[in-house]
Amino acid sequence: MLSGILLFNQKGELLILRAFRQDMRPRLADVFRIQVISNAQIRSPILTLGSTTFSHIKSDNIYVVGVSKGNVNSALVFEFLYKLVSLGKSYFGRFDEEAVKSNFVMVYELLDEVLDFGYPQNTETETLKMYITTEGAVKSELRALEDSSKITMQATGALSWRRDNIKYRKNEAFVDVIEDVNLLVSATGTVLRADVNGSIEMRAYLTGTPECKFGLNDRLTLGENGADTSLGGAIGNIGGNKASKAAAGSVTLEDVSLHQCVKLSNFTNDRTISFIPPDGSFQLMTYRATENVNLPFKVHAIVNEVGKSKVDFSIAIRANYGSKLFATNVVVKIPTPLNTANTTHRTSQGKAKYEPSENAIVWKIARFTGQSEFVLSAEAELSAMTQHKAWSRPPLSMQFSLLMFTSSGLLVRYLKVFEKSNYSSVKWVRYMTRAGSYEIRF
Amino acid sequence: MSSGQDAKLFARGKVAELRLELNSSGGKKDKNFSSKKIALKKIVANMTMSNNDMVALFPDIVGVMGTQSLEIKKMCFLYLVNYARTKPEIALKALPILLNDLEDSNPLMRALALRTLSYVHVKQYVENTVQPLKGLLQDSDPYVRKTAAFCVAKLYDHDRHLVESSDLIDRLNKMLRDENPTVVSSALASLMDIWERSESIKLTIDYASASKIVQILPDCSEWGQTYILEALTSYVPQDTSEAALLADRITPRLSHTNSAVVLTCIRVILYLMNYIESEKTIALLCTKLSPPLVTLLSKGPEIQYLALRNALLILQRRPEVLRNDIRVFFCKYNDPIYVKVTKLELIFMLASEKNIREVLTELREYATEIDVHFVRKSVRAIGKLAIKIEPAAKLCIASLLELVATKVSYIVQEATVVIKNIFRKYPNQYESIISTLCENLDSLDEPEAKAAMIWVIGQYADRIENSEVLLEDFLDGWADETHDVQLALLTATVKLFIQRPGKGQDLVPKVLKWATEDTDNPDLRDRGYMYWRLLSRNPAAAKGIVMGEKPAITAESEKLDPGTLEEMCLVVGTLATVYLKPVHTVFRSARARKLQDSPALQKERLPSWQAAQQAKLLTERQLAGGQQQQQQQYPANGPTTNGGGGRNADALEEADALFASMGGQNMASLMNDGFAVSPTHATHGEQSQMYIVNQGQGLGTMRPMTHAAEEGEGDLLSF
Repeated sequence: MLSGILLFNQKGELLILRAFRQDMRPRLADVFRIQVISNAQIRSPILTLGSTTFSHIKSDNIYVVGVSKGNVNSALVFEFLYKLVSLGKSYFGRFDEEAVKSNFVMVYELLDEVLDFGYPQNTETETLKMYITTEGAVKSELRALEDSSKITMQATGALSWRRDNIKYRKNEAFVDVIEDVNLLVSATGTVLRADVNGSIEMRAYLTGTPECKFGLNDRLTLGENGADTSLGGAIGNIGGNKASKAAAGSVTLEDVSLHQCVKLSNFTNDRTISFIPPDGSFQLMTYRATENVNLPFKVHAIVNEVGKSKVDFSIAIRANYGSKLFATNVVVKIPTPLNTANTTHRTSQGKAKYEPSENAIVWKIARFTGQSEFVLSAEAELSAMTQHKAWSRPPLSMQFSLLMFTSSGLLVRYLKVFEKSNYSSVKWVRYMTRAGSYEIRF
Repeated sequence: MSSGQDAKLFARGKVAELRLELNSSGGKKDKNFSSKKIALKKIVANMTMSNNDMVALFPDIVGVMGTQSLEIKKMCFLYLVNYARTKPEIALKALPILLNDLEDSNPLMRALALRTLSYVHVKQYVENTVQPLKGLLQDSDPYVRKTAAFCVAKLYDHDRHLVESSDLIDRLNKMLRDENPTVVSSALASLMDIWERSESIKLTIDYASASKIVQILPDCSEWGQTYILEALTSYVPQDTSEAALLADRITPRLSHTNSAVVLTCIRVILYLMNYIESEKTIALLCTKLSPPLVTLLSKGPEIQYLALRNALLILQRRPEVLRNDIRVFFCKYNDPIYVKVTKLELIFMLASEKNIREVLTELREYATEIDVHFVRKSVRAIGKLAIKIEPAAKLCIASLLELVATKVSYIVQEATVVIKNIFRKYPNQYESIISTLCENLDSLDEPEAKAAMIWVIGQYADRIENSEVLLEDFLDGWADETHDVQLALLTATVKLFIQRPGKGQDLVPKVLKWATEDTDNPDLRDRGYMYWRLLSRNPAAAKGIVMGEKPAITAESEKLDPGTLEEMCLVVGTLATVYLKPVHTVFRSARARKLQDSPALQKERLPSWQAAQQAKLLTERQLAGGQQQQQQQYPANGPTTNGGGGRNADALEEADALFASMGGQNMASLMNDGFAVSPTHATHGEQSQMYIVNQGQGLGTMRPMTHAAEEGEGDLLSF
């Protein structure tokens, strides 16, 4: 597994070096600096030199590097590096150069705890915060002595994500269904791909050890052709599959991944999502849908190059969702040729501005009501170039967020909470659809 | 424990000052030893900045180590782990403190001490850990036990003989029966680590234990699940239904959010499939592998990259996985370049007659992007598709011509190279586009593109009206060209002479002279002499050889050979899969993994077994048909009385000897001229088959030939 962890700032100054095996030499930090940070040619996150491999990710302005020897599990390395960053964020608010410098001793302490001999150990923030705290030493030492056996049970137990004796006066659970819709439309208007990456984020403020059950749409199909049907449950769907897809209230998910706390075997058997949630916020599940994706916006773009000195743009965007809904922060980025000298534009709604640094006209619409259509017409004047090079026409892209709408059609039917003290709890559900990579070629 | 405002401490310090600070009592008010803590933090910061002066503080550090503060202790331990190796004699003074802590009543303290102790690479430390470790492996606290489990692997790393002579490994084995899942997974990880580094240790898991560790999977942390799944590849199913059952039981892991769990689970399922008899079960498992693989594409770019590389691998072993998913691999505009390039490879692999139009539209889009490297690969992919999917060749060529029309220099050059391959694959079909190529001669400045164009001129010297003029233009720059271009020029000139003796007769002597006298490149000289002799001895034979039929090319040559493929599928998700190379070529010391034989192993379905069968068939056919082939090959030479003794065979032997003395690179260019046509090539022209022959049995003189084929095609067809 990992031989060591290195953290660098943008300039290549070493912030953290922790060795977990003898084969990790300080010299390797210089190797990484020279071979990766100061080498503009490097374009891969993985570099193997001899038997040493550097796997790195970037978090804000720092490099987080895992050093390993031999043929290690690369997925494990990267997942761990991601985890390290999210751990840092939950401890320090963010995980950048300043945060690391201000807490470097703490980072060392965390590293010592989450890796042993280079093998990732318990990385649940909840548990770690019980004995590695930012609150000053006195408390943590007292606690460590008193509760240490409780902590060790927690750190090695089956419920490592939740501690005991959580109490709330008001029991609440918030569920956010957030979907990123990805779209790629060709220049001729055909949809090349449209899919949804969704996630269900939960914030649970519940007393005790609550057992939660989560219900989605009545008709939930998983997999392309009901492949999972052999495992029971959805057998009835196999014949009516095609027909039921279009039916209201049904949703077909290509694939789901579930949080550590969800009982996967239950899910495989009968599609129920039951779990004992961690305290506070966490990501319950992520899913992917490719069938019947409702696209919130339809974009019609006409772009004409007039000779070598001018480009005409005419962009029309139509909102496909109900008229009671409205999208906010709609930003349309319309790429212009690199040698654009000047632009003029008119819009029926919102403001457009030419951003020379991005080589694009940026059109912002603060509020986009459902069923409405807005247009932008613009003209870009081009400066003469000695060497004429064809314009690569990068795709037009969109940003937006739209509340109470899911592109996949996913709905939360119920969330039940069972706890031995039988308290009542309040649940809130919110839906949001955002633009993932929403691109239209022209 | 830290206040979050330590940034100012992150500065270079002087030893003397720090020593003073460290040893100051800080007055009576300083109950929390805060001045000591600040000093220690400064020391830790300096340690990070590799300020080696800090070693001088070692005795002082040992002095404070006994302070009753966990925070101070942790920093001292960190220092100890860092510098113990440079000053072992001082480190020894800290040993009693650590040993004492091993008996602390606080389990976290015991674990911390044990963890630290086993990081120190000093003989006495290691020796003194063994005894207490035995006790701690049975500690009442699971947290201590799991730390102890890893400790065994650490000690093994320090001194394997010490561990092997003790009963620690046996004790570790016993921990697999621990009641705590984390302890079990830690013990497994530790055992696997030891296994990886020692050939003398065998790790076998029977069905009962495999079944048991699968049972505790849900109770383990995500990392623990990964360790358990990794260990499962050491279980060798003895019965095909056992394998199927186990595979079914771990499929729920495919829905885990941690990609390490998912990819390792895919690895185990792929592994178990080798032992499953029922094709239906295999097909069902395959359909379950697709969605999770695609889902990994919504993770961070690094994981995406890894997932894509593994998809390339899995697709070769189980083509039914991902069969319908080509669109998900279309590039997003802002994907990092390493993701894009791998997606491109996948698109190429998944392209078929059905989706070719869609794919070509997509590739043309990529070919106009900004990144030159990516654009080149896209152009190359279009050319390769023309070769891979025969019915689509025309479409692909139309796309290529469209791209040539952009006149962007690197696009034109790349297109030239691939069009040359298309000519080779489909002789006498698309030659009408030669004129388009000739229009862009001036934009060629890269050796590979030049060599390709020169090949086209030589090959079609009789169709291109002014071929001798074009060739002469290239020949003007002879002295400045690379050897590859010179080789191409030499052959093209000979071809011109053979096809149009009148036009070539002035050029040939000149070029032969250059090639044989003015060069210091042995390959060029050898080839020059060979043509010379051939032309002077037997012009008719020269024509038969130089203009002879060329071995067919395929676009599939970058596929892994069957043995490697099998091996790679056992390490899905590891670094070797990123490079798609056999483990031992990337990491020499890594322990090889092999499919273990068992009654349940479905041998006839293994790629390597199938390849061996095919190779056997091939050799049999060769032995039967080889002699006859030779005669048919060169009728110009007249009938040979016996296969072994004729002039023909002599010439071949001579040529063979020559090939054997040459490196693969130049062999490749020879091959491209169709010069090296040998009986084997002529009969079973398909490259992939040739490849297999070599893999399976390495047949004497054929070896360099196939090697050349592999190198050459690999070079021009691989991305």
